[in-house]
Amino acid sequence: METLNLNLNSKAGTSARELELYFGPQHLGMVGNFSITLKVEGDRILEARANPGYLHRGFEKLMEYRTWIQNFPMVCRINVVEPDSMEMIYAMAVEKLAQIEVPERAHYIRSIYLELARVGSHLFGLWAYANMLGFDTVAQWAMYHRDLILDLFEELTGGRVYHIYIWPGGVRRDFPPGFKDKIVNTLHSIGGCVPDYDSTFFNNRLFYERAKGIGKLTQEQAKQWGATGQTMRATGMKFDIRKVEPYAAYDKVDWDVPVRQDGDAYSRVWVIRDEMLESVHMIFKLLDAMPEGPVYNRIPNPFKWKIPKGQAYVRCESSRGELGLYMVSNGGDKPYRVHFRTPSYPNGLIILEKLLKNASIADVGNIMISLYVVAPEIDR
Amino acid sequence: MKQKGEDKKGGVLIPFKAIAYLFKKPRTLRYPFESKEPAMRYRGFHLNDWDKCTGCGNCADICPNEAITMVEIPEIEPKPGEKNERPKLDYGRCCFCGLCIDICPPASLRLSRDYFHIHFDTDTFSFLPKDEKSDKEHFLGSEQYSILKASLTHRKENYEGFTSELEYSLFEPQRVPMPEIPPDERKLSFIEQVIGYSKEEAKAEASRCLECKLCEDACPAHLKISDYIKAVYEDKPDESLRKIFEDNPIPSICGRICMKHCEAACSLSIRGESLAVRWLKRFVADSIKDYKTALELRAAEPTGKKVAVIGAGPSGLSIAYFLTLKGHKVVVFDSLPSGGGMIRIGPPLYRLPLEAIDKDVNYIASLGVEFRFNTTVGKNILFEDILKEYDAIYLGIGTTVSRSTKVKNIDKAHLALPFLQENKIGQGAKVGKEIIVIGGGNVAMDVAREAIRLQCMQYPNEEVVTKTVSLEDWDELPATEEEIKDAKAEGIQFNPGWGPKEVKIEDGRIKGLLCIKVKSVFDEQGKFSPTFYEENEMLLEGDMVIEAIGQAPDFSFVPKELFEKLEFTPRRKVKVDENGMTTIPKVFAGGDIVNLNLDAVTAIADAKTAAEGIHKMLSGK
Repeated sequence: METLNLNLNSKAGTSARELELYFGPQHLGMVGNFSITLKVEGDRILEARANPGYLHRGFEKLMEYRTWIQNFPMVCRINVVEPDSMEMIYAMAVEKLAQIEVPERAHYIRSIYLELARVGSHLFGLWAYANMLGFDTVAQWAMYHRDLILDLFEELTGGRVYHIYIWPGGVRRDFPPGFKDKIVNTLHSIGGCVPDYDSTFFNNRLFYERAKGIGKLTQEQAKQWGATGQTMRATGMKFDIRKVEPYAAYDKVDWDVPVRQDGDAYSRVWVIRDEMLESVHMIFKLLDAMPEGPVYNRIPNPFKWKIPKGQAYVRCESSRGELGLYMVSNGGDKPYRVHFRTPSYPNGLIILEKLLKNASIADVGNIMISLYVVAPEIDR
Repeated sequence: MKQKGEDKKGGVLIPFKAIAYLFKKPRTLRYPFESKEPAMRYRGFHLNDWDKCTGCGNCADICPNEAITMVEIPEIEPKPGEKNERPKLDYGRCCFCGLCIDICPPASLRLSRDYFHIHFDTDTFSFLPKDEKSDKEHFLGSEQYSILKASLTHRKENYEGFTSELEYSLFEPQRVPMPEIPPDERKLSFIEQVIGYSKEEAKAEASRCLECKLCEDACPAHLKISDYIKAVYEDKPDESLRKIFEDNPIPSICGRICMKHCEAACSLSIRGESLAVRWLKRFVADSIKDYKTALELRAAEPTGKKVAVIGAGPSGLSIAYFLTLKGHKVVVFDSLPSGGGMIRIGPPLYRLPLEAIDKDVNYIASLGVEFRFNTTVGKNILFEDILKEYDAIYLGIGTTVSRSTKVKNIDKAHLALPFLQENKIGQGAKVGKEIIVIGGGNVAMDVAREAIRLQCMQYPNEEVVTKTVSLEDWDELPATEEEIKDAKAEGIQFNPGWGPKEVKIEDGRIKGLLCIKVKSVFDEQGKFSPTFYEENEMLLEGDMVIEAIGQAPDFSFVPKELFEKLEFTPRRKVKVDENGMTTIPKVFAGGDIVNLNLDAVTAIADAKTAAEGIHKMLSGK
């Protein structure tokens, strides 16, 4: 068996001009529990090695020891930034394995909820990116606006960060009274700040100079390296699971997939901005089209719930790209095997390493955060 | 390449627009001077209504983090069918998912909108949640509450957040409906009213069980209900039957006429319909053709001891079964031509067909129990002789004599038991067109519902009526709700709150029953002592009167000198010790002559106790 090549740590055979630099997890430019070992010569990065493992909690194994319902409050914890797509994908997999129907209204609520989550997650990403570039003002705005979205979640689900809301069979509770108006008002008040965001950040000359051409990858490379989400859409490819394989109520309303052509950090951040606006428009359309009716088809008694033998692969478009879940049931009351395909995995381990080669040290954070790497998702 | 929205040549001064924000009101809350009210559904610390909580432990079972343990609270006096355990939360483990709320059958557990707890002692994170009802000290009004002191023991009152909603509960509150023959159709014959679950229906019903086992404590015979229901769900009827036979050897009978104390205790019944435990037992008994191959039970090595059982009713049958398995020789005496005792003559055919009784009796006989039918103790064989010949005697004689109201001309009326017996194992009684049944209990319902069937059969297409008259008013009627509902559906008329005064006779034929209005049935001590408004009379017209006001035991077979030794409790029940033995040595007793429940499953429980007692005595332990 080949042993892991750790010669990055050995000084032998390297030139005296080369230096090993340990980037993270305490480094201020590093968001999350993650680190990169850099081999640098001057300001130039010769080689980068991503080091995951700071946040390994063994979720996939843990899930084998918990019943189908007990996994429901746990899956969301895999990704703190956007827990909702995790809930969704688990519910989708269980529904597929156990053949549970979901009421029509629940599909709409799920879509609205997931789009709110996308906006919240993108605002969080914008905070990280703007903060990293030194745009503290914009970062504070984004954080504040994310908090407004969290208020909506609190109202709907009772939790701010971990909502534990989409469960197999539908959603956990219907909209509380007056919730539609609250969504509309909140989104309008955030939307009212878009011109400020644009003039201060997106159309800021500094952002352009700092991000243009950084961490550039071609469409071909994106395909080859397993990029999805905005990393792929920033290379001009219109690929979105919500369009390719519509789930929830995404095929019920008309919406567009925003793309950019250049494949660099600048394009990726612009895709994030456009996606937020598209999500807001989509939420308004979904709210108008949403039917009345039940939102939950009762699942079997959780103490006796066994799911027939079978396997399922389901995928959805999380805020960072394609999120997949492969789950096997051997006919028992717990999953037999679980595996998540998380978008940060190729982004943070493969693409990041490749893009960092020959980059400048000052661009490490820039590239990493523009790739939208969420460390807990890689480790799980 | 410039794209939609992009303006990369934006002037360097434009970003300074953001300076305007300096003059806006800051958004950051200055805690604790400014605090944010949590949402109405907020998932904070737990609240538990100790009065509503049954101690079922479903919350502890579903918790994904094992944050909940059930703790015994000695101060709580558990109500029947409840436990004195209450959930204890470990907030070091709790993830505030609220699954415990959605599974809580009585909805006693809720989440509040409190979420502050800061303490150096980690033990304080283990907490027994209560609410303002039972803990006035720690749940405070707005005057005493201070956010600076907020902790698990300094909480706001009336601060409920995430609560249980039946629509979103994790348990199924609705029972799988039992298919029945509709009233108009079943009235025309003695066809069994309940059709029985199909395999799919039984499985679906069994899947509702939450396995909290409150029912097992409530059942007098402590059947392993949760286990046998689970076996039904898992499609293992043999296994289910084996579990039932550990405690109850007459499932086919009990599956039809059990008084189901278990269902009254069922967690699901608090906000929905209880699990159909009785019908599931019936399903198990009916779905197995041959008990013998399913159970594979065999009697132990013979001990050489002989036990006489007087009465082949539920308690006699059960003790015969338990003792035979232990290797004792059991002989059962009964005056009827076949087994079942009161069960054979009492419950009408539409509730308990004879084949169902025979199935259980035949199985018990096949184990080696000797039945001597048509043998009345005291007449065909003397009690003294039995006492001499056998090592132990069990009295399971039941209450076999119908009581009478003893009002004027009552000798023209019929008594319930002979009437029921004639319809069950005889030719069927001849009835009138307008029948009056005196009584408001389950036997009165049986009599009335049999009467209306006989009327429909004997007078087709003629107008017939059956009415009941009882001392008790609607809210006091001793009959079960189910029986009253079915009787009403079949067209029985009710006259609650009236007492019989005289049977009116005209030309030697019954004209009707003169009744007087009841003032009260029970006195202040709750003892039966009816009072009447003497002047408020009513004549119920009718051509036949049947009395169904209760039964009494018949001890005439016991010789006088022995009977004097037999002690009774203040409520006229035979006194037995913890082994089931009466005050006469080696004579044990159980069933309706001993307990106040007067039902089959309690008779089985008595038999179980006495079987242990007899075995202990005979094996000299």
